[in-house]
Amino acid sequence: MMKMTKQTRRDLITYGIVIVFYIVMQLLDLAGILSFHVKGLLVPLCYYAIAAVALNLVVGILGDLSLGHAGFMCIGAFSSSLFSVTLKDSGFPAGLRFFLALLIGTFFAALFGFLIGIPVLRLNGDYLAIVTLAFGEIIKNILAAVYFGYDEEGLHIAFKSFPLQGEGKMLINGAMGIQGTPTDSTFTIAVVILLLALFIVQNIVRSRTGRAIMSIRDNRIAAEAVGIQITKYKMTAFTISAAIAGTAGVLFSHNTTTLTATSTYFGYNVSILILVYVVLGGIGNIRGSVIATAILYILPEMLRGLSNYRMLIYAIVLIIIMLINWAPAAITFREKYGISAYLARRKENRTPVSDMGSGKGGS
Amino acid sequence: MKKKLMSVLLAAALVSSVLAGCGGAAPQASSEASASEESSGQAAFKIGGIGPTTGAAAIYGSDVRDAITIAVDEINAAGGINGYPIEYKFEDDEHNAEKAINAYNTLKDWGMQLLVGTVTSAPCIAVSEKTKEDNMFQLTPSGTAVNCVQYDNAFRVCFSDPNQGSASADYIAGNASLKDKKIAIIYDSSTEYSTGIHDSFVAKAGELSLDIVSDTSFTTDSATDFSVQLQTAKDAAAELLFLPIYYTEASLILQQADGMGYAPVFFGVDGMDGILGVENFDTSLAEGVYLLTPFSATADDELTVNFVKKFNDMTGHIPNQFGADAYDALYAIKAVAEAQNVTPDMSVSDICEAMKKGMVEIELTGVLTSPAAITWTAAGEPNKDPRAVIIENSEYVLAE
Repeated sequence: MMKMTKQTRRDLITYGIVIVFYIVMQLLDLAGILSFHVKGLLVPLCYYAIAAVALNLVVGILGDLSLGHAGFMCIGAFSSSLFSVTLKDSGFPAGLRFFLALLIGTFFAALFGFLIGIPVLRLNGDYLAIVTLAFGEIIKNILAAVYFGYDEEGLHIAFKSFPLQGEGKMLINGAMGIQGTPTDSTFTIAVVILLLALFIVQNIVRSRTGRAIMSIRDNRIAAEAVGIQITKYKMTAFTISAAIAGTAGVLFSHNTTTLTATSTYFGYNVSILILVYVVLGGIGNIRGSVIATAILYILPEMLRGLSNYRMLIYAIVLIIIMLINWAPAAITFREKYGISAYLARRKENRTPVSDMGSGKGGS
Repeated sequence: MKKKLMSVLLAAALVSSVLAGCGGAAPQASSEASASEESSGQAAFKIGGIGPTTGAAAIYGSDVRDAITIAVDEINAAGGINGYPIEYKFEDDEHNAEKAINAYNTLKDWGMQLLVGTVTSAPCIAVSEKTKEDNMFQLTPSGTAVNCVQYDNAFRVCFSDPNQGSASADYIAGNASLKDKKIAIIYDSSTEYSTGIHDSFVAKAGELSLDIVSDTSFTTDSATDFSVQLQTAKDAAAELLFLPIYYTEASLILQQADGMGYAPVFFGVDGMDGILGVENFDTSLAEGVYLLTPFSATADDELTVNFVKKFNDMTGHIPNQFGADAYDALYAIKAVAEAQNVTPDMSVSDICEAMKKGMVEIELTGVLTSPAAITWTAAGEPNKDPRAVIIENSEYVLAE
């Protein structure tokens, strides 16, 4: 067998889960078992997972709390939608258009991540969380108020509605947002991007940069003392995270035709929702983020049969999962009686002198 | 390695079994296999509804859901549509376009043939893309944004936003006691609904040379304190305050205006309907408020009285216009389906074609306009007269 470090193996297992999930879904689809409902959930599932992976880079690896990631999704969504809507009827090939839209959304989100990062990353802890929250809200509110369109006299941008002269089109129509984005997002593309996001984040974590970033998380003063440029590495992590969140935004906006910058889609509640995915999956545990997103996004949809009680049950399940994951008593119980402990015991019984299987981890 | 591999497989199997388990008896592929009535034995029309029953806009969705239930029960009791009963299912969308599409897909799995929904605008536009793809007939009771009915398979019962704005301006200009007043506007710049009405009102007011002296806005996130906007209006000596917003915010505006001793004439649109039902709201503040609404629960014709009574018995409150819209939507579907001889064994697409054709031919006398009738244009818009209502003695009374 090929020689692998334990970390590489962990990474490969993460890709494996995503790929197996993808194949199973495709097979079910081919077999005709998959309902419209589940099919419709697959793409949203992927972009929230991507956003959770992005946020985990900041929260888990860099150790800073960001509550503004919905804002970066918003930027990715709007910039890419603007591009796609403009080119929609020009006969531009759809595949290439979507590819460029992905690049544009990612680029602009990264740009704003960088610009916002300059003042914001001087702060730490709670202060950083509040400022990122504010920036997310600012982005959303500006995009909800802006009017942008073209007519015979050229491009116009304003904060009040204005009449178009002659031939023209309103591209961003204030609160009505962008209408008519082509629905280019497919499950396959979303999975490829999710894998890419996982690849990027997991490799950053294993790299020299990643170790520097984690050293800032673990002890800022010590990191500074050994000559690590705090600002540089914080910026790197934050910008990459914003870029990936932007890509999630592109998938979002190309999944439904209407795009409005309202709290429902890009408010701080959404940022917190993504944070919930990250926290429940395990802070710093990239694979956990993906699995937590899958479960928590699907759950309220699966509970549709319970009508109005589903939100209550969802909340209760959140609490239960949190307790099972993090309560000390639950952790001890898992270590004693969990599947990995059981397997380890079995292994021990069979070959008494072999190495002990690790009792922790394993989601 | 073996252990890890096993855990991967286990996890994947777990997730996929959860997903597949919910699939249940999914009818396959959109158009041809939609006649999935085998379960109940007898053929029935499957009508789906989508709207927010949780979250901030829950009251609208719940009213629509309940009003449809009443209409469905009535129609079934009277022998159904063309002799076939209606099966009805309502899904929550939380006033979120993404969730609305999930709800739509859920209903499609259930075998929906006709859609009454969605209740709110942004989700409605998103869902209309899907119904267009599947060629499913869609009748929204209350999706007011222009684009809700941009496709030919979609119709609406309510007025469109621009329609309400210009109708309000028309009404003010045509009313001797209102037309010379200086007008101030406070609107919600973060919702399509409010900006849509605002923009068309301002445009029409310009044409009619109404005097707008102040035009201020707020967003959903700051919808609790209106003192700045009210002060601006007061400083501009505005005598009429146009409020193209929902009643929750309007009730706050009325309270705060009263608190600062400012008493202009308040003029609202259909979103103002329901202001008397706000909890802990001093209804005496709403005396003399004008609102342009498609529905008046105090109208004394037989249809309205019957509907309002049944609704009140069921839910304990008076229906707002959303409920009335939905109630009429069901009767519109019944009228069209009977005129076109639509049966449940037809495919979704065939039903849609027949409904599209029939929709522009019917005249419906519903609770909204009774005794007058509503007709529809091929563009999906209803032709009906708005009603101006004035609040007197804590009741909505038709204004002249």
